[in-house]
Amino acid sequence: MNSSIKRQNRHVTSHLLMIVWMFVVLFPLWVLVINSFKTRLTIYDNPFWIPRKWNFQNYLTVLQDGDFLTYFKNTLFVVVISLVIVTLVSSLAGYALVNWKNRASKFFYFFFIAGMMLPIKIASIKLLEITRNLGLLNTIYALPPIYVAMGIPVAVFILTSFIREIPEELTEASVIDGANSFKIYYLVILPLIRPALATVAIYNLIPFWNDLWFPLIFINEESQKTLLLGVTRLFGQYQTDWSKVLSVLTLSAVPVLALYLAMSQQFIKGVTAGAVKG
Amino acid sequence: MPQKKQSLMITKQAHWFAYLVPALLFYVFFMAYPLLDSLRLSLYTGNNAANRTFVGLQNFRTLFTDDQISTRYWGAFSNTWYFFFIHLVFQNCLGILFAVMLTNEHMRFRQVYQTIMFIPTTFAVLVTGYLWKLILNPVWSGDFFVSIGLPFLKYPWLGDTKTALTCVSLVSCWQWLGIPTMMFVAALRNISEDLLEAAKIEGAGPFQTFWRIKLPLIKPVVGIIAVLTFVNNFNAFDVVFAMENVNGAPGYSTDLIGTLFYRYGIAGQHPIGIPDAGLGAAIATITFLILLCGVVPTLKKTQGGK
Repeated sequence: MNSSIKRQNRHVTSHLLMIVWMFVVLFPLWVLVINSFKTRLTIYDNPFWIPRKWNFQNYLTVLQDGDFLTYFKNTLFVVVISLVIVTLVSSLAGYALVNWKNRASKFFYFFFIAGMMLPIKIASIKLLEITRNLGLLNTIYALPPIYVAMGIPVAVFILTSFIREIPEELTEASVIDGANSFKIYYLVILPLIRPALATVAIYNLIPFWNDLWFPLIFINEESQKTLLLGVTRLFGQYQTDWSKVLSVLTLSAVPVLALYLAMSQQFIKGVTAGAVKG
Repeated sequence: MPQKKQSLMITKQAHWFAYLVPALLFYVFFMAYPLLDSLRLSLYTGNNAANRTFVGLQNFRTLFTDDQISTRYWGAFSNTWYFFFIHLVFQNCLGILFAVMLTNEHMRFRQVYQTIMFIPTTFAVLVTGYLWKLILNPVWSGDFFVSIGLPFLKYPWLGDTKTALTCVSLVSCWQWLGIPTMMFVAALRNISEDLLEAAKIEGAGPFQTFWRIKLPLIKPVVGIIAVLTFVNNFNAFDVVFAMENVNGAPGYSTDLIGTLFYRYGIAGQHPIGIPDAGLGAAIATITFLILLCGVVPTLKKTQGGK
């Protein structure tokens, strides 16, 4: 009896602490959304409460401006292309690393994994030169190859451990039927590793979508800017009008947030997958 | 005879290499090679292959002996360590605390808490940085704080050299706390029920169970999180870019290695505006060495068998 009351009490503190932290997490987001519906001047009265009169003009202006949609399309293109390539090449590599049983295979595995601990940013000086020499400077095509390289280490790590778990009986039947290794990959492995491919895609979605560094150092051309780089431009342009800035920020965050809320458990699993299995 | 069999094996196996080629192409050409060549470039001066000349350790000498540059470098260096230290304390203390709560089966609404806690992580640092910049702006929110009886909150947090770096670090912690917490949650869930049951039967209280059983078992995750934080913080850039500027205002008090690297190596220092690729590569090389010295021993110590 006594201990059960004690346990209840302990939960009260836990819940209190959690609620305080939830407030700390959600409060800035609340501020972001409600103030994006104010105007340049009304944003100064009652900063943390809903607007007296809801103003939708900010969103209309931003969307009609046209540039925002260009930025959005660019980012969508870069992210989708990068995710497709990274899952594809990493699944091929993972498939080989599991089946190729010798020293070289082990070496390549660790070679790939080492990238998990090496931030690609410190290679920027050389990447800038490579991009310039390839003639990709100032175009969005400069970004996917780098994102793919950035995503490979964790992708190989996740996919190799997943493919290793596939029972051999499943592939043996196809071997007896005379299928070659690529057919096995295509017909047996690929359908089986779909959940792992999803994990890899989710793991990389946030860093690809939210990357500012590489667009910032590669792209100056207006029509080639990504969403976040565009946000920095609009931030400068609307600097005296915070309500408009906030509507830009809201619009840029909504896609990933919506995706996250729709499948939060997969997201959390994806983001922690890189570390936990090791 | 066994020799022949082995060589047959090798030719049969070697086709697997072909599957590695696409990944290797991207990985080598856009990661491994640029990384290593950046180290080499620290010994050269000039911004492209045409006008590049070998200068030995001159870039490092400039970095450490030039009055202005070395002051900036050591300033950014110590700021980065401070930034890292705040993350480490914040993530390990709050992250473990929250994770223990979230893995308690008697606790209700765990799922809801977990989902909300992770939301900031899905936002771009740039977005949350701009947002916090507004919230911490006394011209905008100051009067409100005064009106609710908290006048001490009306303060130019980001404009004062004494508070700016701490504020920027805390905003970054606020953004990323979800990741270490979820890693701790996953690690705590991996602890076998039997072990915890046995501890209970032996009469261990919740605190004892935590310190003696759970904490030692999640040590590898503490190690991974420390390493990831270390690597990320030595490259942090966005949060300062958004909340202050690339100069690490006010008065370089929020200048990190990441922003310093951007100014010297990529964008060019303000009055001249010409980037110095050699100097940038030197900064990157030192960061690389620091990471190597920090990461390898930490992993060895915490990952046990590996």
